[in-house]
Amino acid sequence: MTSTVPTTPESVRRQAAETAAKRRRQARPATTRWRRRTLLGVYLVFVLLPIYWLLNLSFQTNSEILGSFSFWPQQFTLGNYIGIFTDSNWYMGYVNSLAYVLMNMLISISVALPAAYAFSRFQFIGDKHLFFWLLTNLMAPPAVFLLPYFQLYYSVGLFDTHIAVALAHCLFNIPLAVWILEGFMSSVPKEVDETAYIDGYSFPAFFVKIFLPMIRSGIGVTLFFLFMFSWVELLLSRTLTATNAQPIASIMTRTSTASGIDWGTLAAAGVLTIVPGIVVVYFVRNHIAKGFALGRT
Amino acid sequence: MNKVQNNRAWFLILPMLLLVAFSAIVPLMTVVNYSVQDVFDANTRFFTGTEWFEAILNDRSLQAALLRQFAFSFTILAIEVPLGIGIALLMPKRGWQASAVLILITLPLLIPWNVVGSIWQLFTRGDIGLMGVGIRELGYAYNITRNPTDAWATIILMDVWHWTPLIALLCYSGLRSIPDAYYQAARIDRASRWAVFRYIQLPKLTNVLVIGVLLRFMHSFMIYAEPFVLTGGGPGSSTTFLSQSLTTMAIAQQDLGPSAAFSLIYFLIILLVCWVFYTAIMNSQKDNTAQGGA
Amino acid sequence: MEWMVWTLPTAIFFSVIAVILLGMTAWELVSPTVERRGFLPIATTRGDRLFIGLLSAAYIHLATVGFTDLSIWLALGISVLWLLVLMRWG
Repeated sequence: MTSTVPTTPESVRRQAAETAAKRRRQARPATTRWRRRTLLGVYLVFVLLPIYWLLNLSFQTNSEILGSFSFWPQQFTLGNYIGIFTDSNWYMGYVNSLAYVLMNMLISISVALPAAYAFSRFQFIGDKHLFFWLLTNLMAPPAVFLLPYFQLYYSVGLFDTHIAVALAHCLFNIPLAVWILEGFMSSVPKEVDETAYIDGYSFPAFFVKIFLPMIRSGIGVTLFFLFMFSWVELLLSRTLTATNAQPIASIMTRTSTASGIDWGTLAAAGVLTIVPGIVVVYFVRNHIAKGFALGRT
Repeated sequence: MNKVQNNRAWFLILPMLLLVAFSAIVPLMTVVNYSVQDVFDANTRFFTGTEWFEAILNDRSLQAALLRQFAFSFTILAIEVPLGIGIALLMPKRGWQASAVLILITLPLLIPWNVVGSIWQLFTRGDIGLMGVGIRELGYAYNITRNPTDAWATIILMDVWHWTPLIALLCYSGLRSIPDAYYQAARIDRASRWAVFRYIQLPKLTNVLVIGVLLRFMHSFMIYAEPFVLTGGGPGSSTTFLSQSLTTMAIAQQDLGPSAAFSLIYFLIILLVCWVFYTAIMNSQKDNTAQGGA
Repeated sequence: MEWMVWTLPTAIFFSVIAVILLGMTAWELVSPTVERRGFLPIATTRGDRLFIGLLSAAYIHLATVGFTDLSIWLALGISVLWLLVLMRWG
């Protein structure tokens, strides 16, 4: 590619940039590059070490955990995982958690999409204050709402159901979804809307057929965040459930009994809570950087 | 973008508004009602006026928890923001390494908060934890259930581990949006590494950093599950933060009135800080648009 | 609604807030607000000034109740006065 003679100003510029980048890479002393890699490596070790330790303990029996200190499992066992997958009390915790998380994602995204569109395209009375009010819900500590939620869901007969937790998580997830989606939608030029209307699309048809496909990476990132914040929350999901819809997070407290803590099972259950997150983050890995800036870069 | 003035946009907002109102306004009203009464059950209750507010505002242990909360929030911000910027500068820009590093760094954010507590409990215990045993081997009698300093250091380390990725990813996405031409211009001017950071990268980062600081401040202000699992608020009450005081009061002791008054004060503090940040973000964006940039 | 344990004072409080919000909306429809700079360090609209006024009113009440022996009606009076000043010159 470098051998061809550039003809357009665009390709001249690109070629210049490429050679400059190559020169820069060569000119930068090797020590600097290695220092960067080492520093990043140290940080990654810091991130992974506690997770590795959890993984390590999850493959050990309790007697090995307490008896001898070792950097990797001496007698490798899957017993802790088998224990979880054969006890319905345990694995139902995962099912419950996933159930309310998925419900919440569905509810949040479907009400947040039109709202975010309104915020990104129109000016209306009280828009700025409404937006700020939404954000305050994102910031409000769940502990504040704990008591009334308990009373509210108890009085409408939703206590200990998945939908109760899903609705409660809407408190912070809908504002978050509106905030992220608004950023992504605002980066779509308004001419797109106008052209579609001239072409005779009605608003719903335009929204579903043209607009949503254009911001699908934004929707993916939003769903990722909805999953993340609903999945990691403990306080509300624990308070609003008793036995039928108990999330895995509160079942984990059962590992500590009068006879001590069942470390192996605790570690295995912990590892299993990380797995869904890894699956989800793998799907959105290419958009996640933009999503973290909430579409505003 | 020039927005169109159209009050019918309210119809698009309406479904969301009803849902959020159901999960925010109705409970908030209830909290206000609780805060002025002594409630035993729906039929047995007494009007107490401002008594609870007076009691809460003058409660020494809650004042201490508030101070601890601010100390904690500012400490973790002071560590996480520079560290996050540093990590973002180090992260590879393209190729499979970029994806791999991105996924690895995101990991801590996707772990349920109480599991984060459990992970660090397993990691720092003096008998079975890698870090706990390691530090003891070095000759320091590390013990987070006895020594408040150790407990504090561990909680801050845990929070840095848990949330620095958020700042790093925000900054990383900010950095990626800088056009190459800026760097070329800087090279032609023979700008130093520091000058590139100060005049090209940092201005681009301020936008995302304000979001990051806002999110971090708010989340650290409502931190509950991690210290609850790791230290249980102890030793003594040295790591008891506001959310935990409130939860204990509301759930364990069932003191509806005082905890409602506490909730409102807590909420007002959050509201003030949130508003200051929000106004700052909006004004900075307005300035940017005024200069022709975005 | 029974579980919400309403009392007369809180009902009045929320009604007043609702009336203020409705009033502000009506006022906005009749004559749209203009963003301007008063004695506050930032440019504000009518709604912004109302919010600042209400938030500071909450803090005035808390300070009065928590740290002085003064009557809460005094705090209310000061708050209303402050709100009016803010709306006019803020």
